[in-house]
Amino acid sequence: MLQFPAWKMTLVVLICLIGALYAIPNFLKTEISENWPNFAPGKRVSLGLDLQGGSYLLLKVDLDVIIKEYLEDIATQVRKKLRKARIGYSKLGATETSVSVKIRKKEDFSESNELLANVDLKSQIDFGSNGFVKITPRDEALEERKLLALQQSIEIVRRRIDETGVREPTIQRQGTDRILVQLPGVDDPDRIKALLGQTAKMVFRLVDVSKSVNEAITNKVPSGSELLAPLIKSASEPSLYLVKKRVMVSGEHLIDAQATFQDGQPVVSFRFDTNGSKRFGKVTSDNVNRPFAIILDNKVISAPVIREPILGGSGIISGSFTVKTANDLALLLRAGALPAPLTILEERTVGPGLGFDSIEAGKLASIIGLCLVIVFMVVAYGLFGIFANLALFFNIVIILGALSALQATLTLPGIAGIVLTIGMAVDANVLIFERIREEVLLGRTPISAIDAGYKRALTTIIDSNLTTLFAAICLYSFGSGPIKGFAVTLAIGIITSMFTSIMLTRFLIVLWLRGKRPSSVPI
Amino acid sequence: MLKPIRFVPARTKIRFVNKRGLAFTLSAIILLASVFCLTSLGLNFGIDFRGGILMEIRSSSAVNIPQIRDRLSTLGLGEVTIQEFGKETDALVRIQRQDGAEKEQMAAINKVKDRLGSEFEYRRTEFVGPTVGKELKEAGIIAICLALLSILIYIWLRFEWQFSLGAIAALAHDIVSTVGLFALLQYEFNLATVAAILTIAGYSINDTVVVYDRVRENLRKYRQLELSEVFNMSINETLSRTTMTSVTTLLALFSIYFFGGAVLADFALAMIWGVCIGTYSSIFIAVPILLYIKLKRGDGDQSGLQAPEDER
Repeated sequence: MLQFPAWKMTLVVLICLIGALYAIPNFLKTEISENWPNFAPGKRVSLGLDLQGGSYLLLKVDLDVIIKEYLEDIATQVRKKLRKARIGYSKLGATETSVSVKIRKKEDFSESNELLANVDLKSQIDFGSNGFVKITPRDEALEERKLLALQQSIEIVRRRIDETGVREPTIQRQGTDRILVQLPGVDDPDRIKALLGQTAKMVFRLVDVSKSVNEAITNKVPSGSELLAPLIKSASEPSLYLVKKRVMVSGEHLIDAQATFQDGQPVVSFRFDTNGSKRFGKVTSDNVNRPFAIILDNKVISAPVIREPILGGSGIISGSFTVKTANDLALLLRAGALPAPLTILEERTVGPGLGFDSIEAGKLASIIGLCLVIVFMVVAYGLFGIFANLALFFNIVIILGALSALQATLTLPGIAGIVLTIGMAVDANVLIFERIREEVLLGRTPISAIDAGYKRALTTIIDSNLTTLFAAICLYSFGSGPIKGFAVTLAIGIITSMFTSIMLTRFLIVLWLRGKRPSSVPI
Repeated sequence: MLKPIRFVPARTKIRFVNKRGLAFTLSAIILLASVFCLTSLGLNFGIDFRGGILMEIRSSSAVNIPQIRDRLSTLGLGEVTIQEFGKETDALVRIQRQDGAEKEQMAAINKVKDRLGSEFEYRRTEFVGPTVGKELKEAGIIAICLALLSILIYIWLRFEWQFSLGAIAALAHDIVSTVGLFALLQYEFNLATVAAILTIAGYSINDTVVVYDRVRENLRKYRQLELSEVFNMSINETLSRTTMTSVTTLLALFSIYFFGGAVLADFALAMIWGVCIGTYSSIFIAVPILLYIKLKRGDGDQSGLQAPEDER
């Protein structure tokens, strides 16, 4: 027992010191730990959103839309090719997974087959004997599109959130069609939710003036046109617009948009890239004195009349804006359009008040729990209880150090995990001490009793801790956010407690044995 | 010098195993009651699993729950429950899952905020859509099953398969009765509850393993002794440890329950129950059940029961 090799002692002391070193920044004021020399660890435990306050949003990208668009693209290609070659066809349409078309005349089959063979290189193309052609995009092609759309969506989400000025947002891909957004410090995510809720596809289309809106409603909407609602309903705007379907210029060509004022009214100014400028110039030159509609997500922002050709590539969108809506529209236009709509699957928002209260309650519960356990251990095991308590203290220090070093997130359930660890960490020492008591009762000398106690309790400690560790790992793999935090502290606590309660207490007891050479064990 | 107090006398000779009839009856009653509560009352699933909206609000003075209820009842949001939460100024508003997709749920949150206005502080807003709720439910069940399975395999490897069965029986007993308790009290069953159940599983198995280790050791030491005697001896020898660890864990848990805030209180309560039932099951279920499973006693041949290596 007395042999506790020097390297082991050094190791024990070293681990405790390193733990303490990493834990210290948590107890210092920010200014001090930030001005720390570079070699010293300055990171604090990062608090979960439930403790620091903030918003957690799980978004789903509606990738079905992407596939639908892909198939519609193919259908358009087919239509163009067949029309150009003047081949008669019917039943051109897209199902959920493929596009099919029927070629009318037998004599066209060979020509159409040739035309359609390479309509989409990533599709499987089947030619039926009766003129049916089926174009089915391959799975890889679909996956590729989906992945691209997901990555684009993440990028746009990031841009939009960055524009709102949220500090240190986390935007992560989750699974195949989800985006996890964490916004620390945001306690009212309504604006961000509203911003993310729009795809923000902006297009410029001409207003159909061949009929009035009322005529179109009562009679028939002209083919190639459709009725669209205004974005902001107000008394000064008509309730519906008759707009041509053809897109003159699309928002992809925008390179900048800013909210400004014109005649005291909030407006949004925009600027096109070279290509967009050219097109916009041409469209406006050709349609002077006609109204054109500025459309966002199929809703009309406004439909001004073109007074003169706009050749500079920049313009102004006026509408019934407030300063806020003008700002938001400018932001959306700057950040770009989402490739597919987003839905919020899950939201968890914690206000700063609750977060602060939770930290305070967690601290209080930890301290009281710690005190109770410390007192109990001293009462139950005397001097050895003090050894165990020292180990417990270092256990907590090392947990904090590990959390800071790993930058694991501490959540409210995570604090519960630490408090629970306080209660359970002493278990190993209880096992050892009880075993020592038994050995003493069997009449062993102090040293041999302590030695046997440690040796015999060891397998039990490992067995029992490993099984708890399994539970913690399962918890980690299952949990989301806060629960993961619990699993992390529990798992770290189990590992560190094995070290402190076996190695550290042994180290302390060896020191005590060497110094005192006791004739009996006070346990 | 500090004089330690022995809370559990050194040489107890309680005949635990002989009272197994009583213990099994008691456990059977608890389990049947749990199953009955589960089937008749069902679990009060929180929004994590059922989907829906939960808001924690704080008012500057004591919350007037009937008044809030009146204000929200005209919104047509379906079932809305409001309860005081932790403090008299705080309340939890739960709104059932709205018909339709996620969008309708978000609209409901805004309606509530509009109606209640700015006189309240919105301390927490949680919304779980039907898709995620279903996934979380599945993930929870998978996690519990995986935990049980990995524990089963570990005990099987470290001990004998008989022990593994006994441990799982005790564990299943703890889990079923905990879930039953939640059904009986109609406490909200949410993510934290699943976490509590998994932790209870970890704690209970920890306890069982300690007793089993001693059983294994004593089986080897006292080959001539009757099984039930060996079991009694093992339980008594580890009784002090079992009690002490339960006490320290309970001290920590009570501290969470009373001081850790309302969010953690339910979690702590589940754990408190779990520690008690876990300790009970290790003694009264896990060990006696070994009597009914063909336990090999390595007479002369030790291949069946491996002694810990430190035995010399």
